[in-house]
Amino acid sequence: MYAQLVETGVKRIKTLEEMSPEERNFQEKIDAEVKIEPKNWMPEAYRKTLIRQISQHAHSEVVGMLPEGNWVTRAPTLKRKLQLMAKIQDEAGHGLYLYSAMETLGASRDEEIQKLHEGKAKYSSIFNYPTLNWADMGTVGWLVDGAAIVNQVVLQRTSYGPYSRAMIRICKEESFHQRQGYQILLDLMREGTEEQKQMVQDSINRLWWPSLMMFGPSDDQSPNSQQSMAWKIKRKSNDELRQMFIDQTVPQLEFLGCTAPDPDLKWNEERGHYDFGEIDWQEFYDVLKGNGPCNRERIETRKKAIDEGTWVRQAAKAYAEKQQQKQQAA
Amino acid sequence: MDQQHALQEYLLRLGDSSMILGQRLCELCGKAPAVEEEMALMNVALDLVGQARNWYEYAAELEGKGRSADDLAFRRDAHEYRNLLMVEQPNGDYAVTMARQFFYDTWHYFTLQGLANSADERIAGIASKALKEVTYHLRRSAEWIKRLGDGTEESHQRMQDAVELLWRFTGELTTADEVDTSLEAAGIAPNQQQLASDWQGMVKEVLTEATLELQPEDAWMYMGGKQGTHTEHLGFILAEMQFLPRAYPDATTW
Repeated sequence: MYAQLVETGVKRIKTLEEMSPEERNFQEKIDAEVKIEPKNWMPEAYRKTLIRQISQHAHSEVVGMLPEGNWVTRAPTLKRKLQLMAKIQDEAGHGLYLYSAMETLGASRDEEIQKLHEGKAKYSSIFNYPTLNWADMGTVGWLVDGAAIVNQVVLQRTSYGPYSRAMIRICKEESFHQRQGYQILLDLMREGTEEQKQMVQDSINRLWWPSLMMFGPSDDQSPNSQQSMAWKIKRKSNDELRQMFIDQTVPQLEFLGCTAPDPDLKWNEERGHYDFGEIDWQEFYDVLKGNGPCNRERIETRKKAIDEGTWVRQAAKAYAEKQQQKQQAA
Repeated sequence: MDQQHALQEYLLRLGDSSMILGQRLCELCGKAPAVEEEMALMNVALDLVGQARNWYEYAAELEGKGRSADDLAFRRDAHEYRNLLMVEQPNGDYAVTMARQFFYDTWHYFTLQGLANSADERIAGIASKALKEVTYHLRRSAEWIKRLGDGTEESHQRMQDAVELLWRFTGELTTADEVDTSLEAAGIAPNQQQLASDWQGMVKEVLTEATLELQPEDAWMYMGGKQGTHTEHLGFILAEMQFLPRAYPDATTW
């Protein structure tokens, strides 16, 4: 996951006739499902769009560790603690893996992280919501990783080779996280006390809508999607993905014995899909602009970590240089 | 001291030290100086809590009072904890985090190496598995001591300060009490003198290579964790770590 709104910088998609020979060759490769690799020619706008999307995705993995870090020190059993720690470790790994994929496009990790800390780069809005009870560790796995997977399964076929391969690897681990998250909720609902069951419903009430927002603006409000689709960076529209997610999630919700905070949620026989209520787009754009409950805290925490770690990274670099000098002298 | 009691105490020491250090490392989630370190810290923490679970399971079985590994971790108060004082010290800056890790890893490595040959087969099994993980922990923390000690002027000063700050807790790592010696005599715990000299040798070697000053041999040492008398920090660690099982005592599943 988690690139909700990626600028392409393109106002109108060119037709094959309008393209230069290089552009045409590139687009024909894409149309023939041939992966674009780092050394291949690519339009500058494609490269920039990908850097934006992959860096957003990488930032999301790293920022996404914070809402879980909020509970990892308070996990209630050894088993749950170990599971959560393993999940967080995987996320740090995904972050690294994605930053590497991004670097193949000539971007610098430090510069992109700098943009994040200056508020110029985005990450998934979901991580600006607080995790307020233990059941959130289940709900985050089930809904947030669940939404991420719907997006990422499609991205396994994305046109840029390194990104596509990163997605294949990441999807495997995310599916595991999602099952684990759902199991937390299922155990609480089946064997928990009344208070524990209330934790689960409260958690779903808070995270349901923000999870649906993870797919980004609706298609008619998503001017960049068309170019991203033509380049096959994106493969399905925001609304298609959101509908897929809802359709697969509602039966799981019912199996838990919980409800969604959406009175309009119901099966539509004719469409063969669930209908659902209107997302609060004002809230979505507010959070994206920085006015979510935890935006400030998340960025401050990340910035502090990197700023306070400056002397550590400098020391590691100085030490490596000294070692190299010693080796050369020997 | 009868052997059963000594063994019970000893297993709690092993489990509690791993548990508390794992908990301290969890506090650093999302706050490490680089993404690579996020991954490494959580990896080490995961190993430690996993090892704690193995020791607790054995301790709970031996005790035979129906308590589970989770009960041992989440339902004992500070005075019942038997971890080394070193591991409950706050994370501080990265020099403190890494100095604490290195002092502990060195002790942990040589202890597990001895325990891998324990007369108690269950202990030998757990230790052999843990030793593989801890070999990596020690290699990593020793590298960081060298990087920070012999890095920049600032990192050198910070690391020197960290070594000085934590030195008073190292005595407990190399001072045997009756529990240690009685189990050594039974062939269950490693040779305590050997452990102390191995620890001192490794620490001296790494600190010297890191261009750090060694601390005086007659420095005053703060001890008592192994016997259940802790610093003020442990109570707060447990308050956080045990919050849910304590707040919802009727909950039987999570």
